[in-house]
Amino acid sequence: MVTGPNGSGKTTLLRLLAGLAAPTRGSLDVGVDRSRLGFLAHEPLVYRELTALENLDLFGRLYRIAERRERTGMLLERFGLWDVRNERVSAYSRGMSQRLALCRALLHEPDVLVLDEPYAALDEQGAALLDRELDELRGLRTIVVSTHEPRRIERLATARLQLA
Amino acid sequence: MGAAIVLALVVAPEDADQGLSQRIFYIHVPIALTAYFCFGLGAWKALLLLWRRDSRYDLESYVAIHQGTIFGALTLVTGSIWAKASWGVWWTWDSNQLVLFLVLFLFYCAYFMLRFSLEDGPRRARSSAVYALFGIVLVPISFLAIRLAEDFIHPTVFTREGPQMTGTMFAAFCVSWAAVTFLAYVLYRVELAGKRLDADLRELREALAP
Amino acid sequence: MRYLADVATLTRKDLRVELRARDTLPAMLLFVLSTLVVFHFALPTGTADDAAYGLLWVAIVFTALLGLARAWVPEQEHGVLDGLLLAPCDRSAIWLGKTLATLVFLLAAQVVALPAFVLFFAPLDATALAGVLLANVGICAVGSLMAAMAAAGRARELLLPLLLLPLVIPLVVGGVGAAISPEGERYLLFLGLYDGVFAVLSWASFEYVVTE
Repeated sequence: MVTGPNGSGKTTLLRLLAGLAAPTRGSLDVGVDRSRLGFLAHEPLVYRELTALENLDLFGRLYRIAERRERTGMLLERFGLWDVRNERVSAYSRGMSQRLALCRALLHEPDVLVLDEPYAALDEQGAALLDRELDELRGLRTIVVSTHEPRRIERLATARLQLA
Repeated sequence: MGAAIVLALVVAPEDADQGLSQRIFYIHVPIALTAYFCFGLGAWKALLLLWRRDSRYDLESYVAIHQGTIFGALTLVTGSIWAKASWGVWWTWDSNQLVLFLVLFLFYCAYFMLRFSLEDGPRRARSSAVYALFGIVLVPISFLAIRLAEDFIHPTVFTREGPQMTGTMFAAFCVSWAAVTFLAYVLYRVELAGKRLDADLRELREALAP
Repeated sequence: MRYLADVATLTRKDLRVELRARDTLPAMLLFVLSTLVVFHFALPTGTADDAAYGLLWVAIVFTALLGLARAWVPEQEHGVLDGLLLAPCDRSAIWLGKTLATLVFLLAAQVVALPAFVLFFAPLDATALAGVLLANVGICAVGSLMAAMAAAGRARELLLPLLLLPLVIPLVVGGVGAAISPEGERYLLFLGLYDGVFAVLSWASFEYVVTE
């Protein structure tokens, strides 16, 4: 769990971990390649003009997931998006598109999950679903979460990092 | 040292006693060659930046291209003077050299616009480096294009007389070329040192700020 | 091969997004037709046919610029480009997918523009058409890369033409030469050379331009 005030560099750290940013000095070796890493950013990282189903299908192909359709369906249902799966993301609320972003991050069953302030953009329903998900994944995967509401996930954290 | 440069630049043309048109040639061609060399150096540093991922090369590439652009502008100016002296017109599309430099000049001016529009950082360094490499590849391709254009689209009207160089003239030319190259080198080092100093100062300031 | 499958996925995605958004292609079509009409009024009577070919190329280049300016916009909304970069596919596949999609749009615009040109101005033979096709590849290949470069900075709509126009000059020479010269094949060969060299260069350097 990574905490710290705004501007302390939490997002930068997480982007470095995810491989989206390169250090200006020195080097960083995360030890896992992109196919086993999932990332949740402030933005949903999905195409506005495509539907949820199309978006997940696209990323499913890029991540080369076996049984793409089943996994997509399962995730959509799990996060309460099955009913709107054929609507374009442009019609979604912020909370819904962030839930879709979660689906995208979990799609390929990554070993390492990096979540950048996940509760910030989620609605009530989404936050509850994320809680449930984190509970289930806790022992099985490495999860890095940054937040400025530490109380929510305090009980789950096995390590803490405070950025000044 | 400065005096030596100026002397060399002045003496060399005076060696050529053929008249203004030929005198300009002694400056124009070395300047053009130096510009090419600077662009090449810039591209080489750019390649090193991408290959070795050392951001040190960014500044070196930038300064080299900056020099190249300055000398390129000078090439256009001296070339224009030469055109006026030789054919009585300030500009002609018939000189392949001149047209090529115009295209390159536009290209490298855009280089600076690119740098200006991106924020300082590895992305700007890398994008500039890629653009610099495109530039050096553009040189032969553009030259080919201009040649092809000359064949059918803009046939040559003026005949070009390259000056025939005798021994002493050739020597004078070489002196001039050496002088211009040396000047370019000095300017390069000076600008690079200045820019490095700026960068160091900025870093220091950032480090000291709370 | 997985690489080609990725490229196909990405190209299909670009086509689908454009089909939904429907903003780039209609604009390109309208623009190229309007430009041709403007050219009619810009050319005084008695101008040689050859001049019209020159103007055709101006129209093509600026239509392509219009399309390219919007090429990376879907990736910038919602930060999707990061999503693509996170995926295990090769970065150059992203470039190739985008280039192919832009090529399709440019061709679609030309399907309307070229017959209009023949109707308004002058005929086009096989060599001229081959020139157009070859130059399209060059414009889209280099343009996708330059558009990605420009997209990262400020004033991206201004920057793209500045970056691209000098690079496009040889293509215009090739295209016009193919249309008007009796030795058109030479120009086609030259266009092929340009395409080969710059496409490979763009393909290889995309990774460096798009990562942080």
